[in-house]
Amino acid sequence: MAADPNELRDDVLSGFQLSQQLERIWRTPSGLLGALMSVDHKVIGRRYIVTAFVFLLLGGVLAMLMRIQLAGPEQTFLSADKYNQIFTMHGSTMMFLFAVPVMEAFAVYLVPLMVGTRNIAFPRLNAFSYWMFLFGGCFLWISFALNVGPDVGWFAYVPLSSLQFTPTKRPDVWAQMITFTEVAALAVSVEIVVTVFKLRAPGMTLDRIPLFVWAMLVTSFLVMFAMPSIMVASTSLILDRLVNTRFYDPSSGGHPLLWQHLFWFFGHPEVYIIFIPGTGMVSAILATFARRPVIGYPVVILSLIATGFLSFGLWVHHMFVTGLPQLGAGLFTASSMLIAVPSGLQIFCWLATLWDGRPVYRTPLLFVLGFIVIFVLGGLSGVMVASVPIDTQVHDTYFVVAHFHYVLIGGAVFPLIGAVYYWFPKITGRMLGERLGRWNFWLAFIGFNVAFFPMHILGLIGMPRRVYTYPAGMDWAHLNLLASGGSFIFALSFALLLINVFYSARKGALAGDNPWNASTLEWATSSPPPPQNFDRIPVVKHRDPLWADSESLPVVAGLSAERREVLLTSLAEAEPQTREASPKPSIWPLLAAIATTIFFIGSIFTPWAVLWGTPPMAIALIGWFWPTGSKEDEE
Amino acid sequence: MLCTTWPLAACAGRQSALDPQGLQSDQIRSTLFIFLAVSAIVWIAVVLVLAVGMLRRKRATDRPLDLHQVFEQRADRLILGLGIATTVIVLGLSFVSYAGQRTVFAKDEHALTLKIIGHQWWWEVRYEADSPHQSFVTANEIRIPTGQPIKVELESADVIHSFWVPSLTGKMDLITGQKNELQFTAKNAGVYRGQCAEFCGLQHAHMAFDVIALPPDEFGRWRDWQNQSAQSPADQLGRQGEALFRARGCALCHNISGTLAGGQLGPDLTHVGSRTSIAAGTLPNTPATRGAWISDPQHIKPGNLMPKMPLQSDELIAILHYLEQLK
Repeated sequence: MAADPNELRDDVLSGFQLSQQLERIWRTPSGLLGALMSVDHKVIGRRYIVTAFVFLLLGGVLAMLMRIQLAGPEQTFLSADKYNQIFTMHGSTMMFLFAVPVMEAFAVYLVPLMVGTRNIAFPRLNAFSYWMFLFGGCFLWISFALNVGPDVGWFAYVPLSSLQFTPTKRPDVWAQMITFTEVAALAVSVEIVVTVFKLRAPGMTLDRIPLFVWAMLVTSFLVMFAMPSIMVASTSLILDRLVNTRFYDPSSGGHPLLWQHLFWFFGHPEVYIIFIPGTGMVSAILATFARRPVIGYPVVILSLIATGFLSFGLWVHHMFVTGLPQLGAGLFTASSMLIAVPSGLQIFCWLATLWDGRPVYRTPLLFVLGFIVIFVLGGLSGVMVASVPIDTQVHDTYFVVAHFHYVLIGGAVFPLIGAVYYWFPKITGRMLGERLGRWNFWLAFIGFNVAFFPMHILGLIGMPRRVYTYPAGMDWAHLNLLASGGSFIFALSFALLLINVFYSARKGALAGDNPWNASTLEWATSSPPPPQNFDRIPVVKHRDPLWADSESLPVVAGLSAERREVLLTSLAEAEPQTREASPKPSIWPLLAAIATTIFFIGSIFTPWAVLWGTPPMAIALIGWFWPTGSKEDEE
Repeated sequence: MLCTTWPLAACAGRQSALDPQGLQSDQIRSTLFIFLAVSAIVWIAVVLVLAVGMLRRKRATDRPLDLHQVFEQRADRLILGLGIATTVIVLGLSFVSYAGQRTVFAKDEHALTLKIIGHQWWWEVRYEADSPHQSFVTANEIRIPTGQPIKVELESADVIHSFWVPSLTGKMDLITGQKNELQFTAKNAGVYRGQCAEFCGLQHAHMAFDVIALPPDEFGRWRDWQNQSAQSPADQLGRQGEALFRARGCALCHNISGTLAGGQLGPDLTHVGSRTSIAAGTLPNTPATRGAWISDPQHIKPGNLMPKMPLQSDELIAILHYLEQLK
């Protein structure tokens, strides 16, 4: 790039001038149109987080409806049809519209701040990703409101989900919702990987990257390798249903088990796509509140990477009762259990950190402690489920329901709520109330265990999953009532969180830049951060920069002060390489998302939508990339 | 006929992996208990370390980066050691699991073979012998002799189901276009409830069955009985019922051996009067429940394939009287 000698650079401006100048360049335009055009990772990250939590609430309400129905035997609160829609919607919402997106949302908000850059890589793609997620989620829920909610399970096994056995639009809605969230998730993953690889602050070598960022990097790779499998699976399903292909039809040489292989080749890594970010949050919170760095930084990173690899080698444990060859199934027992090793190593690192640290018992740390107690139990029941003989009994029973709620709520939601308490001050500038926070934690911890522990026993005494009712003579009534009671306590804890968030966002104590005295770069800027994140890009000389240089961070100078620009650094050593323009706000990502939405939804009603649906998308993309002659476009 | 052999309460049937009544379920429970013991020890150890770690006296400095090198190195070594221990434990458990698996899935050449075909939402049970005279079909109820290995061949007529009798053994799926099999041996006589374990659509919750394990000689008598065609109705009302069974469309879906009713879509009713439940374990088999079922099947099990037939009350009485005699 040819240097323009007249260009205004940040080194000629004083602190306040620079701040104002950068804010003018980087801010999101005002007004509704401006909001729709935003490409600021913080604005989009915030929207992403709030939207994902709205879906959590919706999915949670569905869970409560199911618990009311199952509180006693032979209840008629919900019809079979409603119940089947509701459990499908609950699973699909929690997995595709809450758990994965909320983790990505936190990454979208935090990763650029944590690596010390001004915006995420590919900011317009980021905006597009959010709109696709929002439209996909709305599509599913509006369909549900219109009584076209999917009712074949979040796993949509063929042949039940085939046209022959479900001749409604419900499975199409499910499959196409998957397509929306796939597109959104893949887009974010590409952004995160490039942000971590190329936009890190100078000096943030690979062994100085915060553990949360490492976790999101591994997660992003998992998404990129796992999602294509479900994309193939769900697209084939739609093709079978719409244009009579026969991928899954045994009478024409297809096979229903093909679906299960493809689905679980995605579905098991999916669990780690949700859990690994949770471990990143745990590492971040633990270091801050144990008042020392996490012991075994390289062990934690290698564990994350090992978990990522292993997660692709154990999908078959979801299929132990489909009649597989016995030796093969036995090998998948071993591979499934082996994932306990990297998970265990991380737990040991955290325990050692707490052992040596000087813990400050604030709400985020309480949630991390709750996480350890619950997740270890879920991991151990996972070891049981991995055993073929045990699995033949507990598969598709409430034991498995208990197991994966222990793993997913314990392993991901507890850290997530801890993360909300931890990063809320950074995002809003105000602290969440500590007293309510403690109530929130204890209600969540007790409610969760009362709700889900009895389900282990229910499964062992014979209660299968996905039944809308059960007979009175089965000895399941008491434990179900207990579980329902616990679930309401658990729900109450989320109500407290909501109250806390709404109250504290207005009335909470002001946070300041670094209220927890934490060590990573997101705490080096104001709360909430300005549009440009940092006035000057920090130089990182230590894994815990704010603990090592507690007074002031060294910075680089020389970036443009008249247009949006980020600094690219080398992959391993993070040495400065070049200045790179960063895109300005644009309405085209939204228009492209609308065009794609019309195409996706249209195509479940007529294959011709593939024909007439693509030109609007092409137009939107041409608009998106149309050169405007500005410097941002030229380079 | 035979449920009277057992106290009526037992007809509810046991359905628990913790109450094994078969060789296989017994083995699985043993494996489960080993895993449970190891898990409990590990969990308690983790929580203890966590608790002690929180309670113990802390180092004096409050500067986060003032780390004690000796402690760091020791911690690293300890973590590595624990990682190796974890590996050893899970590999050990893998072998325990595989040993259990081999026992559970061991095959016996001389097993008594049954074929079970899953339907939305009921179970077709075929006893297939070498000669057609020894073969018969029943539904939602499987009678087996105790002490003898049973092989069930599992197929599906529509979507995927899963055959699960936890008191006897673990489950196995019935997959469209595939033949699976499962072997088990009941140790004790009794009624063991089973239920579909793979979500199979609207009425997945109402797809249960009973496995009734009988002493071998009693099983032999039952088998001979089932081999026979249906009894002809003994009275005028019964004969009227038989005629109505055909005239009102029942026979289009239901088979009754030895009569003109030869439908294949629904459960075989040749000896329906001798079964313990109707509608796949949904209701006990009594004249009252049969009446309620026939007069409106969609009320009791919405979405099932049996339509509500327009019957006069005297017609219903005749049909019920006829079915009652199909012992």
